[in-house]
Amino acid sequence: MTTSEHLSKQFDADLESLRSHVLQMGGLVESQILAAIEGFATGNRELFERVINSEPRVNGYEVTIDGQCSHTIVKRQPAASDLRMIMAISKTVTDLERIGDEAEKIARMSMQIHERDRLKAQRFGEIRHVGNIAVQMLRQALDAFARLDAAQAAQVVREDATLDDEFRSILRQLITFMMEDPRTISSALEIVWIAKAIERIGDHAKNMAENVIYIVKGTDVRHTRFEDLEREAKS
Amino acid sequence: MQVQAQLALKAEVRGLSFHYGEVRALKDINMALHEKQVTALIGPSGCGKSTFLRCFNRMHDLYPGNRYEGDIVFHPDGLNLLGKDVDPIEVRMRISMVFQKPNPFPKSIFENVAYGLRVRGERNRRNVEEKVEQALRGAALWDEVKDRLHQLAFNLSGGQQQRMCIARALATEPEILLFDEPTSALDPIATASIEELIHELKQKVTILIVTHNMQQAARVSDYTAYMYLGELIEFGITDDLFIKPKMKQTEDYITGRFG
Repeated sequence: MTTSEHLSKQFDADLESLRSHVLQMGGLVESQILAAIEGFATGNRELFERVINSEPRVNGYEVTIDGQCSHTIVKRQPAASDLRMIMAISKTVTDLERIGDEAEKIARMSMQIHERDRLKAQRFGEIRHVGNIAVQMLRQALDAFARLDAAQAAQVVREDATLDDEFRSILRQLITFMMEDPRTISSALEIVWIAKAIERIGDHAKNMAENVIYIVKGTDVRHTRFEDLEREAKS
Repeated sequence: MQVQAQLALKAEVRGLSFHYGEVRALKDINMALHEKQVTALIGPSGCGKSTFLRCFNRMHDLYPGNRYEGDIVFHPDGLNLLGKDVDPIEVRMRISMVFQKPNPFPKSIFENVAYGLRVRGERNRRNVEEKVEQALRGAALWDEVKDRLHQLAFNLSGGQQQRMCIARALATEPEILLFDEPTSALDPIATASIEELIHELKQKVTILIVTHNMQQAARVSDYTAYMYLGELIEFGITDDLFIKPKMKQTEDYITGRFG
């Protein structure tokens, strides 16, 4: 991975601005998930509103960053690591925007659950736990992106398997609840959707991590076995 | 240097060094030219890419004090192009060259294209006419000039002149075409038509092209070689080289970090 500067200072400045916009967008999305999860646990309306109101800003970042990518391609015809960086950024902002959408979903459904006030505290602990794993994955993916650290990115991909397991276990437990007391079905289904949204956040963080490996190593590791991905990341 | 086995080779460069008098301009180059493929040579000014190109048709023989070392083996006959007993004129019939600036001879379009055939001793008028037409069609120029074949070549536009030079190079039915920055003196439209032509020509001939325009190399070539200070730094499939170069020097050059 080349880290030295371009002959064109403006090119360096453009790339730097792109990267920092991605990190800012990532920070905003991360705060959305945190607020959504916290809102689920506490029912604090203000948190839900904050998540929902951030949505236009996230979308704005997506459009701005994609526009910057197009401009850079037109002006610089980037090659090698620069090209990979821009391709990966353009994909990463799509993942970040979708994470934002998932956070919004969590916020809206949590709001409904709290308004109906059924199936109280039962699953709160679990959701918070998986929510934290997802936030941690996103943080690590952003960190790996900022530092162009393929090994750390591989770690995020590994974590995704854990999150998937947790999701299945939540699902099993909720099915038990629903069978025991059919009155909990509608709330339980909403919790399923929330857990699913968190699981999706993990998938997007994994995509972002795979993009980092692509930037650093030049190899597309999507849809490969984890062992192969890890070997590539450490090569 | 990894060479794909399934593709036939048109030429193999083995341990090629070249000296302009005391100056060693090429250092121990090993590389293969794949048949009916386009190979681009890129690198900063003075890296030796034009010198390398010119070895293929023995252009350097025209000046005293120049010296080759190593071999360029021409397939399928296995002829060493640099061999002392090999006639450079014969080499140039089989390996033609197109230069940076169009260089029409002060003759008619027809006579420009027929020039190589006449040098070769072709006397049959019908044969010459047929081959000139074939060459002009091959260079995508026939329709534009068929009604004025006997006008002076200087009356053509720059892009047309360059295509005429390509036709002139094609007339002797060469097996390798050498292009030395063939579009650097042309506007973008004429450049696009030459690039399109290169794409069509590779159905019949093997092409080696020197270009300063990296996007051009990425567009027209199947293989790319990056040279620096007379050495071949990296050679590989063009798409790989421009997306994931193996050498840091190549990466620095193609991303504009070269200082």
